[in-house]
Amino acid sequence: MLNKKRLSRVFLFLVLGLFVFYYITPLYVMIVTSLKTMNEIRDGNLFSLPNAINFDAWKIAWSGRGEGTSDTYLKPYFLNSLKITIPALLISTFLGAINGYALTKWKFKGANLIFLLFLFGTFIPYQAILLPMARTLGFLGISNSPIGLILVHTVYGLGFTTLFFRNYYVSISDEIIKAAKVDGAGFFKIFFTILLPVSLPILVVTIIFQFTQIWNDFLFGVTFSFGEHAPLQVALNNMVLTSASVKYYNVDMAAAIMAGLPTLIIYILAGNYFIKGLTAGSVKG
Amino acid sequence: MATLEIKNLEKRFKQTEVLKGINLKINHGDFLVLLGPSGCGKSTLLNTIAGLESSDNGEVLINSEKVNDMEPSERDIAFVFQSYALYPAMNVEENIVFGLKQRKISKEKINQSLNSIVELLKITELLKRKPAQLSGGQRQRVAMGRALVRDPKIFLFDEPLSNLDAKLRIEMRREIKKLHKNLKTTMVYVTHDQTEAMSLGTKIAIMNDGKIEQFDTPENIYNKPDTIFVADFVGSPSMNFISGHIKKNENSFSFFNEYEKNNKGINLSKLNLEIEEGKKVFFGIRPEHIFLKKEHAVRVTKDHNFVEIEVNPELHEYIGHEQIITFNYCGQEILGKFSSSVNINIDKKMNLFIDLNSVSIFDQDTKRRI
Amino acid sequence: MYWLKKNLPKIVVAPSFAVLLWFVYGFIAWTFYVSLTKSKLLPNYEFWGIHQYIRLWQMPRWHIAVENLFIFTTLFIVLCIFIGVILSIFLDQKIRSEGFLKTIYLYPMALSFIVTGTAWKWILNPTMGIEKFVHQLGFESFQFDWLVTPGMSIYTIIIAGVWQSSGFIMAIFLAGLRSIDDEVIKAAKVDGASIFSIYLKIVLPMMRPVFMSAIVILVHLSIKSYDLVIALTAGGPGISSDMPAVFMTKMAFGRSEIGLASASAIMMFATVSAIIVPYLYSELRREQDAK
Repeated sequence: MLNKKRLSRVFLFLVLGLFVFYYITPLYVMIVTSLKTMNEIRDGNLFSLPNAINFDAWKIAWSGRGEGTSDTYLKPYFLNSLKITIPALLISTFLGAINGYALTKWKFKGANLIFLLFLFGTFIPYQAILLPMARTLGFLGISNSPIGLILVHTVYGLGFTTLFFRNYYVSISDEIIKAAKVDGAGFFKIFFTILLPVSLPILVVTIIFQFTQIWNDFLFGVTFSFGEHAPLQVALNNMVLTSASVKYYNVDMAAAIMAGLPTLIIYILAGNYFIKGLTAGSVKG
Repeated sequence: MATLEIKNLEKRFKQTEVLKGINLKINHGDFLVLLGPSGCGKSTLLNTIAGLESSDNGEVLINSEKVNDMEPSERDIAFVFQSYALYPAMNVEENIVFGLKQRKISKEKINQSLNSIVELLKITELLKRKPAQLSGGQRQRVAMGRALVRDPKIFLFDEPLSNLDAKLRIEMRREIKKLHKNLKTTMVYVTHDQTEAMSLGTKIAIMNDGKIEQFDTPENIYNKPDTIFVADFVGSPSMNFISGHIKKNENSFSFFNEYEKNNKGINLSKLNLEIEEGKKVFFGIRPEHIFLKKEHAVRVTKDHNFVEIEVNPELHEYIGHEQIITFNYCGQEILGKFSSSVNINIDKKMNLFIDLNSVSIFDQDTKRRI
Repeated sequence: MYWLKKNLPKIVVAPSFAVLLWFVYGFIAWTFYVSLTKSKLLPNYEFWGIHQYIRLWQMPRWHIAVENLFIFTTLFIVLCIFIGVILSIFLDQKIRSEGFLKTIYLYPMALSFIVTGTAWKWILNPTMGIEKFVHQLGFESFQFDWLVTPGMSIYTIIIAGVWQSSGFIMAIFLAGLRSIDDEVIKAAKVDGASIFSIYLKIVLPMMRPVFMSAIVILVHLSIKSYDLVIALTAGGPGISSDMPAVFMTKMAFGRSEIGLASASAIMMFATVSAIIVPYLYSELRREQDAK
């Protein structure tokens, strides 16, 4: 009986360990490749370690080679993404909070229907709105600009943020709001002095989620911008896709790591928080 | 201090009627208890009085002024919630004075009120703590403090003691009663616990399915219940109901147990009731109003108004200072409550004595008292 | 002034709601209308009936895209759930390094599809990637050029997609497992069931709602697959790994066929709705019943 337990425990760790390899391998390969010279890459293989740690590829990926102008490097596009992500996430998060609050704590006719429409809106494939959005941005004169992308990401983030806050506020006792009403506090007073102070968990979840969504976006970026106004992921893809005669794999890998670093860092620092919030939303639907 | 009047109040939640025409009126200093089972509408009625829910029809008048369209904060009421509803991010002091701050009351006045309340409720050491750091009983007192500090016209309580353990509940019940005695403010109190209701209220409104079954003093509700529902709801164990009919002729007016085989009915002529022959009724008597010995009956009942019946004791429950015996009276169950000092032999036929003055006869169809 | 106060909640939600109606539902309606027109480069609002749809379904390229979607979705769901369930069950066995392991399994979610695609593109590189590695191990004849083989390129997308999303499925299954009442398991143990059959016959059936959520999320992710395809294969070689999302964009912005593109977009929308609407309905019903 004891033997069986030990055996199954060993089996357990074997399988779990195998999967660690499966998930870690691409990261390992990326890091290792980005630190090699092209010669080392040609001579070695995916998993071989570099002879010496060489950050040249990283420098090139970030700020280019200096000579000529034809290659893409990440720095300006990194800044573009920041310019787009931060405002869009702040606006959509704030609106989501206020919406979630209004829809759950102030019963008015149609509140449920409105919520349902928001909910359904989070599931739509964006292909169904690409064309009209492109035309609208053009009409407003903001196509191929940070403002345009901020608008797009705010609009399509609203559904998610409202969903998150609504589900969170539903579980906060209604009686607290009633007590505040009896005490004479109005709509905004209740929101800022009573609800917001206890909303930290969902705020963190929402901000992380929105940051990840917007920072990692490619579809909107590639459809509504080009050239120097493109966000980071678009630039990354362009970089990797160049049909130049020589492919600099180390630069590509360095670029990929840099593009993924912000979300990766956020995830490592606050990942568990994030998962808890997300799964709470998903499992309940 | 204020009067409260409710006129024909109706309220619907989607398709269901939750309040079906409520009428009642109380005076300055009354302690009104809304008593009833879950779902009877008592909380809804309380919320409507407070202005936290709207009504579809009817009026709520505080001090003869119609308040239907006023916000809760404008009605000068205070509300103590079942879950206490303390603001989680504020400490006890901030919780208590929040309402006063919203009304822009001066700092000195706020401090004055705060200090007197804090002393009264003995929560001085708790002032800087947050609700999460308080016990259930402490939270309850803070919730009371928040209401008291407002010095309102009417206090509203929504089952404030339900979440406390039994001992604490009895303690706090007495505290609330003392409060009412000292402040003399009008209070409206919702509960499903009939002991709480009877001990606290000056007036009780028993509610069932959106309607008021009886609005009366605790004594009348106990002694002269209007309906079977009321008679059954109040009292522990509840009133005995024996099913049967009336047999009437020139010289007698009696109640016959449905399963009565002999011709021994209960003579009700002393009650002076108008009921036609053959009418199906319930004979209602509380377990406390049944006596084991003739001498007790003679001593206790007014005008020696008692009757004798033959029963067979079947079950015996000992509760410490009391005992509850289940008797078989011609095929129907009667419960009697007696002091534990008396010895009763199970399955040995015996006689019981019933105080006729405490008897209630109910029409089986209308369920109302005759 | 009183009216303002009374209706404040509605006024606050109104802008967002208006935005929702316009930019989501309004736009979808526009796209739908355009799919019923002859529009090429610019919208032509003359009604043309369902001819675009007929054109769409007559195109071999669309058939390839739909077929790929089907293959991808099926394998994607099966693999993600299989891996997700196994990992969640294993992680549920009270392991000390659970937090560390969870982080490892989940981090791919934090990366964009482009980053994932770029990394896997390199790993699956026909001459420099896995193939070379295995060669250097001694197996000279090993071939792994799925990335550039027309029939197989779709499977590379599956490999990368599963790598990215299976961790998330593990996370929601783990949450679901944790929410199961301990006492049910204890009762089963008292009844003498082995751990294997406890999981198979008791726990997994109780996780039906989680399975449903997982499937819905995965189907949704699959239909939206665009970024990953572009990064990994760009729909190629040729159009062999084309997917509806890629097809739509190519038609809309590459071939100036916005009527056709709209039709394909509406097809995608209809498919998603067919799955989401019943799912949402049953979820809301459950929420109502639980009240």
